[in-house]
Amino acid sequence: MKPIFRLPGIAPLLLLLSLIVLGALIVMPLGVVFQQAFAKGLDAYLTPLREPDALAAIRLTLLVAAIAVPLNAIFGLAAAWAVARFEFRGKTALLALIDLPFSISPVVSGLVWVLLFGAQGIFGELLLDHGIKIIFATTGLVLATIIVTLPFVARELIPLMQDQGSDEEAAALTLGAGGFTTFFKITLPNVKWALLYGVLLCNARAMGEFGAVSVVSGHIRGLTDTLPLHIEVLYNDYDFVGAFAVATLLASLGLFTLVVKTGLEWRFAGELAASRRH
Amino acid sequence: MSRSLIARWREPSVLPGFPLALGLTLAYLGVILVIPLAALVLKPWSIGVAGVWHELTEPRVLAALRLSFGTSALAALVDAPLGLLIAWTLVRYEFPGRRLIDAIVDLPFALPTAVAGIALTALYAPNGPLGALFAKIGIKTAYSPVGIFIALLFIGLPFVVRAIQPVLEEVDREVEEAARTLGASDLQRIVQVVLPAIMPALVSGATLAFARAVGEYGSVIFIAGNMPMKTEIAPLLIVIKLEEYDYAGAAAVGLAMVIISFGSLLAINALQASLARRGRA
Repeated sequence: MKPIFRLPGIAPLLLLLSLIVLGALIVMPLGVVFQQAFAKGLDAYLTPLREPDALAAIRLTLLVAAIAVPLNAIFGLAAAWAVARFEFRGKTALLALIDLPFSISPVVSGLVWVLLFGAQGIFGELLLDHGIKIIFATTGLVLATIIVTLPFVARELIPLMQDQGSDEEAAALTLGAGGFTTFFKITLPNVKWALLYGVLLCNARAMGEFGAVSVVSGHIRGLTDTLPLHIEVLYNDYDFVGAFAVATLLASLGLFTLVVKTGLEWRFAGELAASRRH
Repeated sequence: MSRSLIARWREPSVLPGFPLALGLTLAYLGVILVIPLAALVLKPWSIGVAGVWHELTEPRVLAALRLSFGTSALAALVDAPLGLLIAWTLVRYEFPGRRLIDAIVDLPFALPTAVAGIALTALYAPNGPLGALFAKIGIKTAYSPVGIFIALLFIGLPFVVRAIQPVLEEVDREVEEAARTLGASDLQRIVQVVLPAIMPALVSGATLAFARAVGEYGSVIFIAGNMPMKTEIAPLLIVIKLEEYDYAGAAAVGLAMVIISFGSLLAINALQASLARRGRA
């Protein structure tokens, strides 16, 4: 692409300004995570990562994502099949509902579960009578994470499947294939990269979610603290090296996600949804 | 009877699986979204209308709502020109490392908010590299509303860039060339041809940044300082009320946030529709 504006001297200036903005706002924060984490040497960096509480936080984070992400992926596939393959009334409202979690605060997404299942929530007494714990327990963390990450897979798949149309599936069915065979042999291979893309973003958000889980967690060290919450605990204890050391794990996850995501965009641009905004 | 009802409700299709797929979708949305949100809508009224009014007109709550929506609006307004600058540079110029910079723009999406929060705080704290710089010119960044503004700027920037980029790529070069042939200066072309074309995208990008900023929690609470009446954002107030087991109060603030957000989004959408009409004319 050639610059179509020949503004002498302006182009380098605009580039410089862009770099300053991106540097001060985006690149430097990333750099500072690693700089602070290694500020007191490698041993000081590794020690907080070997703490039992940190290991428990890693396990819990993986567990929560391992439940929330597949559920939202299955939901995304079902929603995309219903929305992109059939015409029915109320579709616009359904799409708006799917997008809703993106426009409410993560804290509110956690709050709603406390209102339902907290000690003084609507079902609080019922749960107490039966000895079931949802808030301040893993179930609550999973529910809060699910609500926040609900749209990711669906909104990747829906526009793509709408673009692709249903001709191939209709052909398979005409040739005698069953519904599930058609889905697994035609639909799924057609959307596999978009599905991976959606799952990737869903997972990054699930593992990094803070606001929603902080409401339902109760901050029980070693039990209900996920990695982002563990960072907060360490930070509030003035253990800055520890906080930033744990933060490098999540920052690396973010970088990894970004690299794979960019790779997918370059390599499979045509097989990903055309319109995208998160 | 049911057959004809369904026929009216949806168009016929040769594909199977509609009841299963839609049933799953609706059941999931019902359990995960609709029932919990119904709790949010209903819970505040357990303390009565007067109670909710009292709750929301409390000076601390009003201050938090004003701070959250005010700093979010300001951040979105500043993100708009910054995002335009970056999108412009990325779309209109070719330079080494352009794709890398393009990828970096998405970092605020990929970096967990708690990580962004402590990193921004370390940078902009009075003894941090950038905080010290601002302190020299007498601006306190971290632990002040300026810090909140910076965090929201960070979180919203990619929304604006990603909204403008595709539109900027498609702005009709022929129209621009025609304007040039007709003797329009570079500045005239930018202001009179390019800006009107990308205005709707710019507004929708800034709107997304605003909507995200209003609810933002993780990247803000570390840098904010969290002083009641001064640097306490609305989501934090919800967390504090929940810690005091004041469910109705927390729900009232949450519901107020949702209503104000949707109200502003509707207003912006109306503005955008009129902009789009003018852009076409």
